[in-house]
Amino acid sequence: MLPLKTPLTMALTLAIFTLNAYAQTPQETLAGLRQQAAETPGFQGFSATRGEQFFKSTHGNDWSCATCHTQNPTVSGKHAKTSKIIQPMAPAVNAERFTDQAKVDKWFKRNCNDVLDRACTPLEKGDVLTYLMSLK
Amino acid sequence: MNMKHTILIAALLAAPTVQASGGGESFAATQPKWKAECSSCHIAYPPKLLPAASWKTMMGSLDKHFGTDASLDAAATTEILAFLEKNASRRKPEPSAKPVLRFTETRWFQSEHDEVSARLWKDPRVKSPSNCAACHTKAENGDFNEHNIRLPR
Repeated sequence: MLPLKTPLTMALTLAIFTLNAYAQTPQETLAGLRQQAAETPGFQGFSATRGEQFFKSTHGNDWSCATCHTQNPTVSGKHAKTSKIIQPMAPAVNAERFTDQAKVDKWFKRNCNDVLDRACTPLEKGDVLTYLMSLK
Repeated sequence: MNMKHTILIAALLAAPTVQASGGGESFAATQPKWKAECSSCHIAYPPKLLPAASWKTMMGSLDKHFGTDASLDAAATTEILAFLEKNASRRKPEPSAKPVLRFTETRWFQSEHDEVSARLWKDPRVKSPSNCAACHTKAENGDFNEHNIRLPR
């Protein structure tokens, strides 16, 4: 095999990853959710208080969001089963959070199924993101 | 950066770098998508830990992955399964009707770990036999060399 991982390839890869990592801002992610939530009759905007309540409560299953992400999303969490460290969720302390739409969609789908046995509504997601973005 | 370049570079990086180690198991096979996705919640378990049929079943049921939803989009699932199947264990399948999904239940794993005491398995720092890194300090890099084993004490 040829030595494929030349410095140039590595530099290009790094460049791509850097570009992809911040494809959008958390504010843009939130704006996308607001657009979806606005389609629900009676939508009056997101609430950090509601988001915090949602994040810290169980919803019929054993786990809440806080089970793995802890009651304080500005610090690292730990996977309830594997104990793998989970980096903080609050964008103020972890700039990578909510900057990649595919990643946001993937994890909301998975984690809402684990915590609620269903998909989260745009309102629930927007409330949680508003809460996480309110943390300093 | 256009799409063509991105794909080309991804393909170049995807080339598996399988190396034979002097005796013992070689877990050097790697692939970027597998590494990124499968190490989100645990270490990316080496493809060689299970036969191809097991990986096929596992990748077809990621929405119910040992009690959690680990679903991926179709493209990622296909790409990762191809890598897993190509580098899977070639040992004779277990004598059971269904493919084994927990590598800790394979005869190979159990015989490799038969000297591990019951007390150590129950240590809270180990928690589960699938927690390779509790003792294999470089498990994350596919390095299970005996010299890098540190038992929690």
